[in-house]
Amino acid sequence: MQRSDYLIRRIFFALVTLVVVIVFNFFLFRILPGDPIKAIVRSPRLTREAKEKLRVDFGLDKPVFFDAERLREGDVVGAFDTQFTAYVRALAHGNLGISFRSRRDVGEVLAERVWRTVVLVAAGETLALVFGMALGLVSAWRRGTRLDMIILLWALFSWGLPTFFLGIILLILGRGHLPVGGMVIPGLKPEDGWTYWADVGRHLILPTLTMAIVYTSSYVMIMRSSVVEVLSEDYILTAKAKGLSTLQIMRDHALKNAMLPMVTMIALNLGYTVGGAIQVETVFSWPGIGRLMYDAVMKRDYPVLQGTFLLLAVSVVAANLLADILYSVLDPRVKM
Amino acid sequence: MALLEVRNLSVDYLTDDGTALHAVEDVSFSLEQARSLGLVGESGCGKTTTMLGMLRLLPAEGRIVSGEVRYRSLQNAHSPRLGGVPREVDLLRLSEREMRKYRWNRIAIVFQGAMNALNPVRRVGDQIAEPIMLHGAVDRTTASERVVELLELVGITPEMARQYPHQYSGGMRQRAMTAMALACSPDILIADEPTTALDVMIQAQILDLFQHLQEQLGLSIILVTHDLGVVAEICDDVLVMYGGRTAEYASVDTIYNEPLHPYTQRLMEAFPDIDSPALKTSLASIPGYPPPLDALPAGCRFEPRCYCKSDICAVESPPLLAVKPGHYVACHQVRD
Amino acid sequence: MEQFKEIWRTFRRRPMGIVGGLTLLSVVFVAIFAPWLAPYDPDEKIDVEPGDLLAPPDAGHLLGRDDAGKDVLSQLIYGARVSLTVGFVASFMSMFIGTTVGLVAGYYGGRIGNALMRLVDFLMVIPDLPLMLVIISLWGRGLWKIILVIGLLGWTYTARLVRSQVLSIKERQFILRARAIGAGSPRIIARHIFPQVLPIILAEAVLSISGAIIAESSLSFLGLGDPTLISWGMMLNFAFERAISRMAWWFLLPPGFAIIWVSLGLVLMGSTLEEIVNPRLKSHHLFDARRMVALVAGESANQRVNE
Repeated sequence: MQRSDYLIRRIFFALVTLVVVIVFNFFLFRILPGDPIKAIVRSPRLTREAKEKLRVDFGLDKPVFFDAERLREGDVVGAFDTQFTAYVRALAHGNLGISFRSRRDVGEVLAERVWRTVVLVAAGETLALVFGMALGLVSAWRRGTRLDMIILLWALFSWGLPTFFLGIILLILGRGHLPVGGMVIPGLKPEDGWTYWADVGRHLILPTLTMAIVYTSSYVMIMRSSVVEVLSEDYILTAKAKGLSTLQIMRDHALKNAMLPMVTMIALNLGYTVGGAIQVETVFSWPGIGRLMYDAVMKRDYPVLQGTFLLLAVSVVAANLLADILYSVLDPRVKM
Repeated sequence: MALLEVRNLSVDYLTDDGTALHAVEDVSFSLEQARSLGLVGESGCGKTTTMLGMLRLLPAEGRIVSGEVRYRSLQNAHSPRLGGVPREVDLLRLSEREMRKYRWNRIAIVFQGAMNALNPVRRVGDQIAEPIMLHGAVDRTTASERVVELLELVGITPEMARQYPHQYSGGMRQRAMTAMALACSPDILIADEPTTALDVMIQAQILDLFQHLQEQLGLSIILVTHDLGVVAEICDDVLVMYGGRTAEYASVDTIYNEPLHPYTQRLMEAFPDIDSPALKTSLASIPGYPPPLDALPAGCRFEPRCYCKSDICAVESPPLLAVKPGHYVACHQVRD
Repeated sequence: MEQFKEIWRTFRRRPMGIVGGLTLLSVVFVAIFAPWLAPYDPDEKIDVEPGDLLAPPDAGHLLGRDDAGKDVLSQLIYGARVSLTVGFVASFMSMFIGTTVGLVAGYYGGRIGNALMRLVDFLMVIPDLPLMLVIISLWGRGLWKIILVIGLLGWTYTARLVRSQVLSIKERQFILRARAIGAGSPRIIARHIFPQVLPIILAEAVLSISGAIIAESSLSFLGLGDPTLISWGMMLNFAFERAISRMAWWFLLPPGFAIIWVSLGLVLMGSTLEEIVNPRLKSHHLFDARRMVALVAGESANQRVNE
């Protein structure tokens, strides 16, 4: 398989998915009963200027998708002067609308909170990967022994654990010892330098632990089956016949092969990771994108909801593409 | 003592519910320096298991039940790990650590179907260099030089060392595996079905190579195969296995000209000799199938398919007896 | 039919699977016999005095009371009904859609197959929970809406699984024979391919029920459950909103453990089944060398295990 071909196909697929997501996101908020976007115009919370801006930016008085009348008149370009095109145009300018609740620009709110979720997810995934791979390796190597059984049972158990409930348990356990809510003690600001960041770190511990425990399970299971698969391959027998010790075989032959499916797994998991982040941020009041989405649901803040969904979907698509690229780099069978 | 003496080797495979399948029973043979032994028999008769057992490379469910594998190592400059003094050891009674020093270093094995016997994510040159550096305590540069030497020996251009296994053709892979097997200048080379799944031209190349190695380097070869034509070409002695036991063991001339065991006789008939004056008009085949390991006959293993049996054959397993010096047969019907 | 008997026979000998099955059965039992098992009507507020709100467990109320004075244990028992209903129905929906898509994509292949798989790929990339959140919050709350949303989004994995199975079965002898004698495609699919795939679908179905239950509880916890029904997720939502500061563990913990209980049972059962129907019996080459050569320890004849 040619790497360039493979990459082009994956990029194309990602782009198409992106388009579908944008269109889908647009329609979702307009088709459902109550046309929430039109409802903006009636919202008492927004100022007249704000409503006017929205009307103009998003073409709220125009037809939704295409103008049938204009099309009949032969005005093709004009036929598409609709809400949809207005939406896409706005999107291209980074304009995601205005939050009902805070009256702030949605894009601004998102930009402010994104890094907090990124930090949480990155920390959680890293921990989960490290533990997952280590436990999976040990489990596969000591396959059939009691250690293997214990590790497997733990993985199965934590796989069936609802993320939010684990969060609640850790919250109860950690109360009094570790911060259980928010990101930082009220009063501290980034200008306070190290004190601020250290406190952020402290607040990050329980949420990260929650995410890590939940996601370790799937990595353990994938790594284990991947290693078992690899260890049954002929080249492992060859390695042993060469006189290599088990440790050497693991390190020089098994690991690299076994890790390839992990990359795919990380990509597959991303959708769930995002879902997990929403739950964890809600339980621990971590002010990231996940918590924002939860609040938007509760307060019926549709522009924020729409913007957050778009951001999350796009992130997952992008991350999947990155994983594809990474895989093609790691596996020499997918070469130029 | 010969270079290698295997005495009464027996190997079992354990099934899930604990029953033991007797895959190899009471096999003995000896191998001199610069001589080659052909290990012949149908698929599943225990040939490969015997070889794996000898080197203690059995899979997880394998068990060596009894026997000795006495090896007398020759003085050799390429093995500082073993020292140069000829020592006689029983490989089965060494610690795993000790055993590793002998693997590849003194006895190397080229596996059947080199398709997956090479690690797909590592360069071929690296894989050949690996045992050199492991057993020889040499640095990368010296090892690389040796790799070039080895590749040229088997007729592969040195530039190919930087390639990956999937970039090699089937025949090239087999030759590369052979080169790799010779990396530490072993005393004994075990070739498990080296010619299966290769086209005739490549087969001839490989066989020529083996013959050359035997003559030029004094290499002893154990050739495991079901192809009697190959055996006739390069082997000095032949051990015919059936149902996990030795049927007949003699020099190649004896086996071809005076086969005494009914199974050997049938084998000879089934492989037409193009040079023989009376070319048979039809190919003889042996009706029936080899015995399944979980339902071995009580007496002689070949009895169900034998054409010259008597009552004792079904009841008692025939012992391996010397009919003449150097000619062993296990059959009740052969009495001198 | 034969293969199911065989599967059952093997399953019976796997303790993990049996434990899982019994666990599941216990929950089903509780759900069915809820009216008889629950000490109180879950909606009933009994003699509510201020001290009864969030009262800890006592003789009359084994799991205490919630913030409205209702009995927690009864709510827990009735909650099983919602969870199991959503679990089974949504899972059935996913299985049905996924199997159909997988069968069609796998058997017919070509343009249809590719198109269907592209669709599967799209859906798999879009993150589940955010999408469900958006749909429910726009569409409205309700038991059937939740079931539909979970069911209509959860079929992708099954489709992939079934398709790959069909691809491998398609080329087998008995299929070629059926086609040679002129059997029509739907018939082949229904009578020859489907029975082969069924065991794998069943194993996957058990696992997907657990996924559906967890999805429902997550949605309910985030405030999108059916307001007219008690589900474990809803209980956790109330508990978290109102009882966390008072550390009312009797209200906070039991629903979560109930979810874990049923989920664990399903996962144990499901993974055992999966192991049975999809055996990847590969023995590996790296094993504790000491156990291999029985001689080194000096035990020779003893190693011949009973025949």
